[in-house]
Amino acid sequence: MATQQSRSAARLMMAPAVILLLGWMLVPLTMTLWFSFRKYLPLRGGDLGWAGFDNYTRFIGSSAFWPSVQATLVIVGGVLIITIVLGIILALLLDQPMWGQGIVRILVIAPFFVMPTVSALVWKNMFMDPVNGLFAYVWKFFGATPVEWLSQASMQSIVMIVSWQWLPFATLILLTAVQSLDSEQLEAAEMDGASFMSRFWYLILPHLARAITIVVLIQTIFLLSIFAEIFVTTGGAFGTKTLSYLIFQRVLESQNVGLGSAGGVYAIILANIVAIFLMRIVGKNLDA
Amino acid sequence: MARAVTNNRKALNTAIAWSIGLVIFFPILWTILTSFKTEAQAISNPPVFLFFDWTLENYAVVQERSNYMRFLWNSVFIAGGSTILGLIIAVPAAWSMAFVPSRRTKDILLWMLSTKMLPAVGVLYPIYLLFIKMGLLDTRLGLTIVLMLINLPIIIWMLYTYFKEIPGEILEAARMDGASLPKEIIYVLTPMAVPGIASTLLLNFILAWNEAFWTLNLTAAKAAPLTAFIASYSSPEGLFYAKLSAASTMAIAPILIMGWFSQKQLVRGLTFGAVK
Repeated sequence: MATQQSRSAARLMMAPAVILLLGWMLVPLTMTLWFSFRKYLPLRGGDLGWAGFDNYTRFIGSSAFWPSVQATLVIVGGVLIITIVLGIILALLLDQPMWGQGIVRILVIAPFFVMPTVSALVWKNMFMDPVNGLFAYVWKFFGATPVEWLSQASMQSIVMIVSWQWLPFATLILLTAVQSLDSEQLEAAEMDGASFMSRFWYLILPHLARAITIVVLIQTIFLLSIFAEIFVTTGGAFGTKTLSYLIFQRVLESQNVGLGSAGGVYAIILANIVAIFLMRIVGKNLDA
Repeated sequence: MARAVTNNRKALNTAIAWSIGLVIFFPILWTILTSFKTEAQAISNPPVFLFFDWTLENYAVVQERSNYMRFLWNSVFIAGGSTILGLIIAVPAAWSMAFVPSRRTKDILLWMLSTKMLPAVGVLYPIYLLFIKMGLLDTRLGLTIVLMLINLPIIIWMLYTYFKEIPGEILEAARMDGASLPKEIIYVLTPMAVPGIASTLLLNFILAWNEAFWTLNLTAAKAAPLTAFIASYSSPEGLFYAKLSAASTMAIAPILIMGWFSQKQLVRGLTFGAVK
């Protein structure tokens, strides 16, 4: 009978969290869905009635849509490749015996704790500025013309800034996975004459597969909605307007809420496709 | 002989790892160094690295001109408030899921996680509108509530994984001895869970401190935390490297220190227990 009692107590204790999250999810989501079917221009007449699927077709049909999809894919893909390749190398390196391992770890992880607006501004001004930036100085030192990073190589610059922010996360998770590798198995393979490359391909990489998948999924979810880095550096100019940024501009800058909300619904669907895969892995782990 | 080889290899590892570590850390180091320069030295050509006239002037100017303390206080209030509020709501929920699991517990946990995946921009306007209607726009309270809600799934998940590691028998024993539910939580569970709760608190404070979507979109002059204050330096008039660096250093220093303490919890907190 105590179980019955504790069950109802448990339900009561969960209620606040469940109700809050349910409200947080359902209320804005319903509103976004509703707005997406309305012609809604707060500064130009307000709610002008039913629009059907007009916003959805217009959002996809606008000249800014496909470039924004491309920008999103380049940023997400570029950052994922850079952080995972470098992350694996760094994780393997940090797992080796060395002096001052703890300090190196701290140095490598530090960028993750820098707030996005700070890292974006520091990179933009102190490194990438074509006149006073440190890169400009290095370029001039070697007799080259300084690059106007954020306009001439805008995408590469943003991918670089965001990769710098996320490399620590990938490294830390991959390092955790590397450390759980069976060292006896590795030593046995080494004694049998397996080269480093074959040990890497047949032992290390398969062992890391799960951690890599998790890094890919979690980073994708966060990278799909990066905002501050673009807001501070280019403001969406020079081809860096991602899907999220385009929606932000439609909703808040040009105050076309109907159109922006339709874009929001697309973004939600996109994020959910990624989320389903992540949930499956996390869910499996819960059973174990 | 073997010993010498290992030492050589260790030296090589050390050299490579330290070089890479310093390259990655360099932007932060450079920001900290620049914050102690004069504006002229900050953009001098060639750049000066260590041998300049160290000055604290920038810190004083940033505080004086922009009332830095107010933004700092907003950050502390919003990050601290949302974390504590989140913990108050999350501890009972995580407790009940960890110790009185039902058939639905797994589904509820996964559903909570799924709310974290909702792209913020997709619900930007509704929240913006609700904030205007409720008078919460540009208030610390409003931002505290939003940050609490976006971090609540992570708080619950972290606490859940920590509580799961506490043997249930101890709680049963306490119950047999006649401890009531509140007593059981306060006197038995909490002491054992303190390390877990502390790391949850730390990581979520960091996440809330650095959050830069809602803080930029829902605040203006009054409730702006440091994220928004720093973003205001992107306008041309703010292009003073030494002052920008001083403001940045003050904004990231407390979190860097906290982050160093929470590196282990970071993995657990951000992978939802999928990597241990």
